[in-house]
Amino acid sequence: MTDWIEACGAGDIDEEDVIRFDHGGRTFAIYRSPDDEYFATDGLCTHEKVHLADGLVMDEIIECPKHNGRFNYKTGAAKGAPVCLNLRTYPVKLEAGKVYLQIG
Amino acid sequence: MDAGMVIIGAGECGGRAALALREHGYDGPISLIGEEAHLPYERPPLSKEAIVGADVPVAKTILTAERVADAGIEFIGSSRAVAIDRAAKNVRLADGRALAYDKLLLATGAVPRRLSLAVAGPRVAYLRTFDDALAIRARLTPGSRVVIVGGGFIGLELAASARKRGAAVTVLEAQPRILMRGVPADIAATVHALHADNGVEIACGEGIAAIRDDGDVRIRLANERVIEADLVVIGIGAAPVTALAESAGLAIDNGIAVDGRLRTSDAHIFAAGDCCSFPLAIYGGRRVRLEAWRNAQEQGALAARNMLGAELEHTAVPWFWSDQYEFSLQIAGLAEGASSAVRRDLGGGAFILFHLAADGQLLSASGIGPGNAVARDIRLAEMLIARQARPDPSELTSSDVKLKKLLAA
Ligand SMILES: Cc1cc2nc3c(=O)[nH]c(=O)nc-3n(C[C@H](O)[C@H](O)[C@H](O)COP(=O)(O)OP(=O)(O)OC[C@H]3O[C@@H](n4cnc5c(N)ncnc54)[C@H](O)[C@@H]3O)c2cc1C
Ligand code: FES
Repeated sequence: MTDWIEACGAGDIDEEDVIRFDHGGRTFAIYRSPDDEYFATDGLCTHEKVHLADGLVMDEIIECPKHNGRFNYKTGAAKGAPVCLNLRTYPVKLEAGKVYLQIG
Repeated sequence: MDAGMVIIGAGECGGRAALALREHGYDGPISLIGEEAHLPYERPPLSKEAIVGADVPVAKTILTAERVADAGIEFIGSSRAVAIDRAAKNVRLADGRALAYDKLLLATGAVPRRLSLAVAGPRVAYLRTFDDALAIRARLTPGSRVVIVGGGFIGLELAASARKRGAAVTVLEAQPRILMRGVPADIAATVHALHADNGVEIACGEGIAAIRDDGDVRIRLANERVIEADLVVIGIGAAPVTALAESAGLAIDNGIAVDGRLRTSDAHIFAAGDCCSFPLAIYGGRRVRLEAWRNAQEQGALAARNMLGAELEHTAVPWFWSDQYEFSLQIAGLAEGASSAVRRDLGGGAFILFHLAADGQLLSASGIGPGNAVARDIRLAEMLIARQARPDPSELTSSDVKLKKLLAA
């Protein structure tokens, strides 16, 4: 349960950006905030199953590329129509220039 | 005493407005009147997943029965509002009931334009409602012959979906090309090629002389060609539903005319979504009417707040998307009045056209590509359009220059 999975290099994500990470048949989105912190959520929008990694990161918001549904990627909170279900978030740690996810 | 809020039209816009009234703290009575039996649901899937999906679709509701109950919204379905008495401030329903209002929102949407020479029947269909989609789906069997009249978005999305179900599809368009309204020629050409690759016959510049349904449908074209089909779907645009507003004496101008705050010519009555025309400040106050899902959402929410006394202007940039096969198209802004266009290629066949006014103001961005390839740049362009920015055209064309950087400038 507490295994940390190596996901990518810290430099693989631009500041205020997101990448997709697939693992064990699941898909995740990993974010780097404008303050250079890393976060992770489920990879697919809760409205229709669309990859959030194609969306736009602004401050602490990820905006879905399909219909502009918004989530706070730090908390997973859905921020209004058309999304109403929150995203699940996952613990992230940075070690020796690598980003690790705890996906349980 | 507060007579309450009444919303006529339980579609995207009316449904969002009802929720927004509660979200912004209103605790009086809310009535949501809908002619359809269904709770508010999303229409975009009706030409997409609802047709293609393996299982018989269920309406994708915006508001579940539970949420309606929790929010204390009175949903009055299968019920038509037939008159507004502005002096008495009430709405009369077809069953004779009268509902008093403090503020009224008209969110009556739009309905498909009818083709007068086609007699509607089980094989001559229009697509607007969930029930329409079910009826069309039932006739789209592998090998069935479908003719779609009108090469607009709904017709083309349906063409793509019908192909996925294995039907033989012909699209008839009266204009010289498909997507004449609001879509740049290069993008329409890409869409056209996509359909041709997928085996759809698109015939442009075709006038229709007659459509007859006597078991099989026979479509006679102006050039005497006769096409036989198992199903004809007519998608020649939509007209705003204004009759109720009109008979109440409200101003009409290509839709129910509202001001920048979505108020009609009666200060107690608002209108929003597909049924209204409104001034768009970013384009010098030009009056437009949109038929777009996000607009219906945004205007529903904004109208709700203004019904509660906020004085908010609608400033959002028009935005639209369409899905056909594995491609998505997105358009932000309106290209009317542009004097030049530049192109940004994103690789993988994805590209964006930016339309600029003579003074350099970015007016619109229209993109198409596989999946969501154009989404980010269109979203960033939308923000530039909102700011009435005048980006350097050479930076727009160079995909090395991130649009996010232009936004920071
Ligand atoms: C098949 C299809 C596909 C679409 N795809 C896309 C897309 O991909 N992208 C996009 O941006 N947009 C799309 N749209 C457009 C989008 O769905 C509309 O812009 C949106 O539904 C408008 O919402 P509305 O609430 O203003 O009107 P509507 O959704 O039309 O709702 C109006 C409701 O009011 C009811 N009504 C009218 N008069 C009365 C009355 N007197 N009493 C009671 N009820 C009344 C009607 O029955 C209707 O249910 C699509 C539309 C269709 C039909
Ligand atoms: S799929 Fe994400 S908002 Fe619709």
